[in-house]
Amino acid sequence: MDKFRMMFQFLQSNQESFMNGICGIMALASAQMYSAFEFNCPCMPEYNYTYGIGLLIIPPIWFFLLGFVLNNNVSVLAEEWRRPTGRRTKDPTILRYMFCSITQRSLIAPAVWVSVTLMDGKSFLCAFSINLDIDRFGNTSLVKGMSEMERIKLLARIPCKELFEHQEIRAAASRYIKCISQACGWMFLLMMTFTAFLIRAIRPCFTQAAFLKTKYWSHYIDIERKMFDETCKEHAKSFAKVCIHQYFENISGEMRSFHYRRSSRDGSDDDSEDKKSDEEKLLGIRAQDDMNKVLWNWHTCKPALALRKDEIDGENNGRLNGNINGAVNGFAKGHTHEVEKKEWAVYYSKV
Amino acid sequence: MERLKLVLQYFQSNSESISNGICIILALVSVKLYTSFDFNCPCLPQYNKLYSLGVMTVPPIILFFLGVLVNRHTGVMMDEWMRPTGNRSKNPAVVKYLFSAMIQRALLAPMVWILVTLLDGKIFICAFSVSVDPALFQGLPNNTGLDVIKIMAKVPCREDVIFKNSSFRKAVSRYVRCHSQAVGWSILLFLIVLGAMGRLIKPCFDDHATFLQTRYWSNYLDVEQKLFDETCVLHARDFARKCVVQFFEDMREDTVLYLPHPPFISNFREDWEEEEEERLHGITKQQQVDKLLNKWYYSKPELDVTRISHRPKTCVTWEDREGNTLYSDV
Repeated sequence: MDKFRMMFQFLQSNQESFMNGICGIMALASAQMYSAFEFNCPCMPEYNYTYGIGLLIIPPIWFFLLGFVLNNNVSVLAEEWRRPTGRRTKDPTILRYMFCSITQRSLIAPAVWVSVTLMDGKSFLCAFSINLDIDRFGNTSLVKGMSEMERIKLLARIPCKELFEHQEIRAAASRYIKCISQACGWMFLLMMTFTAFLIRAIRPCFTQAAFLKTKYWSHYIDIERKMFDETCKEHAKSFAKVCIHQYFENISGEMRSFHYRRSSRDGSDDDSEDKKSDEEKLLGIRAQDDMNKVLWNWHTCKPALALRKDEIDGENNGRLNGNINGAVNGFAKGHTHEVEKKEWAVYYSKV
Repeated sequence: MERLKLVLQYFQSNSESISNGICIILALVSVKLYTSFDFNCPCLPQYNKLYSLGVMTVPPIILFFLGVLVNRHTGVMMDEWMRPTGNRSKNPAVVKYLFSAMIQRALLAPMVWILVTLLDGKIFICAFSVSVDPALFQGLPNNTGLDVIKIMAKVPCREDVIFKNSSFRKAVSRYVRCHSQAVGWSILLFLIVLGAMGRLIKPCFDDHATFLQTRYWSNYLDVEQKLFDETCVLHARDFARKCVVQFFEDMREDTVLYLPHPPFISNFREDWEEEEEERLHGITKQQQVDKLLNKWYYSKPELDVTRISHRPKTCVTWEDREGNTLYSDV
């Protein structure tokens, strides 16, 4: 059981913690990017709002899409969605579940960006300084006698420290807007946390049995894909090994029959075991010319991708009988859909 | 590395210590959040109290919800509470125990936030600077033309120009911070006394034997859920492997060998060749591989591995010369 625990922990820790780790890294990257970014309000009435609100909205969209890109499960989801039905029915709840879990993970980095931006307050200040009622903050003589355009231009310069002369009014106004911005930020965080709480804590009240089923099968789809890739790799490796082995045998056979006639293994019965295995490893290629021919042919005339089924197909009859040709005739056709049921009779002598 | 793994395994094995660890991490996050938060008192009479109240109450609510979310016991408790009775009777004491454990852990981070804000004092200064009687302190700036309320509301903002060259602001801040810290320490003392009294008096009222039972069964539910998840994951892996191998084996075809064979064919096979043949699962041609990969996309196999689980195995029958069966696997 301990071995199973270790294996489970390894599997689980790989999949989930990997995705959680990516999630956490992206959240940290989002916060770090904000602090490294140099906020630069244009301080002009036409562009302030666009810049301020754009900086609040566009990077979160970018992080959300990046979350989708970095998540491996997106391709699994797409494949499951687009595959033809074949012999396996499609379950829409599984697709919904996978989509929900991918979306939940991708939403964390954008939420971090939005909260950090709102808590910092600069983007709100840039976007909404024009809408301020300046009389509230200081002496009203500042804007008396100004036309509407001039007043707006003055208000638009509030976010820029160097461009606005009356520092105390600027300080008061920026404090006020930052307050509002932070209130919005906290409300946003409260809303997100409450929604997550509803989804996680209240959902088991409604659909627990169906949820267990979808969780199992969506995990199964992911792992089946991995198993298929693994099996294909193993198969390719074995295929390559046997193919190359047979190629060497072919070539060495041709060369042997070309050079000299000699019986295959009769003379080697007396040899020791070690020498036999070395001979086998050479696969009949013992001369420089032969090896050169092998290498040349490997490029100019690659063998077909069709492995020859050796006549001794895992059965021991050939070895017992020692009769090559008879066994070949008997087992040339392999069975298809059932595995061969092998039976043999062994004669027991009562001596 | 081995030691670290052992330590992690020890903590992971005991679900209570994981919950305690997460609880403490959340408390540290709460402190870090407070220190990194840029407190920004509006310094306007109408908004000071509102802002301070907001900063004092909204983050604890958020931290409470977070504490409930990250606690594993929440899921276990909800499952146990909402499940149909089935073959296992329900024990309300277990649900109550899990609920109280969850609430206690979730309340730690909010309390830490509230205590840190009180001990730091900025929020109190922001909220209550307008309520201070300015006559207690010297140096009230009276040349600015603003009324007293507005001046007192500006006390939390230290960079404001009206307080230059004046110790008035600092004096008022110190006074209010004093009160704030007093309230903070009192609350802390009250909580600790409450906790201590609870620990000491509880055994007098509660039935300890029942408590041992509820604690055992709540831990059992937690472990059972974890093991179920583990078993599902391992099962899915085996299922997938068998399904894929079965798919490969189903694509085997009739083999046609071309005679006569060249005479050099070896008449015995090495071990590694047996292994490789097994791994090939009978797929030995390019067209077969292409067909297999095509079929994997266009027509995925059904989710049924009964065939491979009950593969016919090689049965050996030993007979003597007359045909009498001496031994048979059949």
